[in-house]
Amino acid sequence: MNLHEYQSKRLFADYGIPVPRGIPAATPDEAAQAADTLGGDLWVVKAQVHAGGRGKAGGVKLARSDDEVRAYAKAMLGTQLVTHQSGPEGLPVNIVYVEEGSKIDRELYLSMLVDREASRVAFIASAAGGMDIEKVAEETPEKIFSIAVAPDAGLQDYQCRQLAFGLGLDKKQMRQFSDLLQKLYRLYLDTDASLIEVNPLITTTAGDVLALDAKINIDSNALFRQPKLLELRDTTQEDDKEREAAEHDLNYVSLDGNIACMVNGAGLAMATMDLIKLHGGAPANFLDVGGGATSERVSAAFKLILSNENVEAILVNIFGGIVRCDLIAEGIISAVKEVGVSVPVVVRLEGTNVEKGRKLLADSGLDIITADDLTDAAKKAVAAAA
Amino acid sequence: MSILVNKKSKIICQGITGSQGSFHTEQCIDYGSKVVAGVTPGRGGSEHLGVPVFNTMQDAMRETAADVSMIYVPAPFAADAILEAADSGVQLVVCITEGIPVNDMVRVKSALRDYDCRLIGPNCPGIITPGECKIGIMPGFIHKKGRIGVISRSGTLTYEAVYQTTINGLGQSTCVGIGGDPVRGMNFIDCLELFQADDDTDGVIMVGEIGGTDEEAAAAFIHEHMSKPVVAYIAGVTAPPGKRMGHAGAIVAGGKGTAKAKFAALEEAGVATVHSPAELGSKMAEVLGN
Repeated sequence: MNLHEYQSKRLFADYGIPVPRGIPAATPDEAAQAADTLGGDLWVVKAQVHAGGRGKAGGVKLARSDDEVRAYAKAMLGTQLVTHQSGPEGLPVNIVYVEEGSKIDRELYLSMLVDREASRVAFIASAAGGMDIEKVAEETPEKIFSIAVAPDAGLQDYQCRQLAFGLGLDKKQMRQFSDLLQKLYRLYLDTDASLIEVNPLITTTAGDVLALDAKINIDSNALFRQPKLLELRDTTQEDDKEREAAEHDLNYVSLDGNIACMVNGAGLAMATMDLIKLHGGAPANFLDVGGGATSERVSAAFKLILSNENVEAILVNIFGGIVRCDLIAEGIISAVKEVGVSVPVVVRLEGTNVEKGRKLLADSGLDIITADDLTDAAKKAVAAAA
Repeated sequence: MSILVNKKSKIICQGITGSQGSFHTEQCIDYGSKVVAGVTPGRGGSEHLGVPVFNTMQDAMRETAADVSMIYVPAPFAADAILEAADSGVQLVVCITEGIPVNDMVRVKSALRDYDCRLIGPNCPGIITPGECKIGIMPGFIHKKGRIGVISRSGTLTYEAVYQTTINGLGQSTCVGIGGDPVRGMNFIDCLELFQADDDTDGVIMVGEIGGTDEEAAAAFIHEHMSKPVVAYIAGVTAPPGKRMGHAGAIVAGGKGTAKAKFAALEEAGVATVHSPAELGSKMAEVLGN
């Protein structure tokens, strides 16, 4: 689950991590009012969406008067902001964050995530702030510094110093930076974060360290023990289909091809997409119906798949292990009848009671194309969609 | 021979009285696995599926001196269950549970360094030595005793590889589902090392997927330490970057963990790769000269 910048910054502030003062606003008037409350003569109006690259997309504007704040807020609110991370349709801007302007000396980069190789929480820092960190990693890897924290010992001072020296911070900044890292580490663990990114972390002209941006992602597996954070969820920023899928315990990811897949198991679902591609087709989605592919779930899955108007064929690939193929076949038949499937359906079943399952499909009178194996299924689905 | 488990392995099930634990433990017993006890806090002294239930792993180990713990405890309590198992002195822990918070696993993984205990999983189908011992949720009947080792990050995709080697007669020595989470116990390398040393394994099928760099590490290991043939497949060539594909660990992030990079590393290491999962069995037969 992702948090908005303004939500993340509120958490930062709760933990004593320095952030600029700011106020979220849902209307242009509220935005102007926020600027007035904050005072000063320079503000930043920032569109609150769950995607990076807002600056380049026009979602971050500097304003020098209340009227400018109002005008920028008006231009952003109610629109879809399209960034290089948002997808072509963009994400709705329902909130803008009005923040006091900061006097920037240097822009740095700082993030935290789990280093999979070390199985530890790691900090990654770079002197090239404000830039795309992936690009920095690729072009100038020597500019990236990282440390991994041993969970029982916790974050050590020497590790903070390593990063601080790498970033070229002065003595006062180093002290502030180390303090900030310790607080971030506590925040990361307390919130069950899976990612915290501060891009940029700045040093001000006055010589202080300040988190100018803030992004927190929470581990969805830990939400059961984070009820307060769950209240911060903004479903307007989520893909409708993916959300609907999650409500039915389905794992769904939209893709841009025309052959829909319905598979049990995440690995097999990915492999099925790959097979479609290998045989010259293009998958329309990733869909894992899970181990217990019940008739109800299969129905929900068909509905979900068919709500994508690009779909020209459906490939159902089920390896029935613990679940019996005849039960799955019954599920498919009742779902096809109930939903009214209008495109060709190719079904490949394997596993327990497979003969019974295939016979049920063949005798159903429905227009279902059965396949003998993985390759046959992919070929038939590609042919059906052509 | 086989790796990690065999017909002598004595198994305790943590979470045996829950619906998942109950259902799958019964299947394991039917397969012939030697389940000797269960653990459910508060249910000590009772009996379930014909075996005694204990309140703690410590009690269960004192009475049974088992070799393996199989965990079906729900995700919020699973990290605790893994550490309870390790602390009880059991040598192998197989955690089936899906959805454990990753920061819990970071703590668990670090704490496990203090014990002489291996962890398989979490979020995995388990481990099976066909004809001898099944520990987990895989369908037993698709397996056949034989001489191919199987290591995989995925459940149903493992079954594909297994089934193909059953049909073409090669069979399996042991199959290990190492799980789909980003932080897990045993990795490809740990299993490859055991299969290389196992007299009853002639070749290894490795099924990887996008996310992380464990397949790349495995490629380097195979190049340096494996004399037995390895056939590999990586799922997720078509997966878009930044999207989690079902498994918590299956995500291409920061340009890392692509299927393309994994295939390239494996091919460079001399591993026989297949770009279709339907060819895992036939490729293995081919490299073994069958």
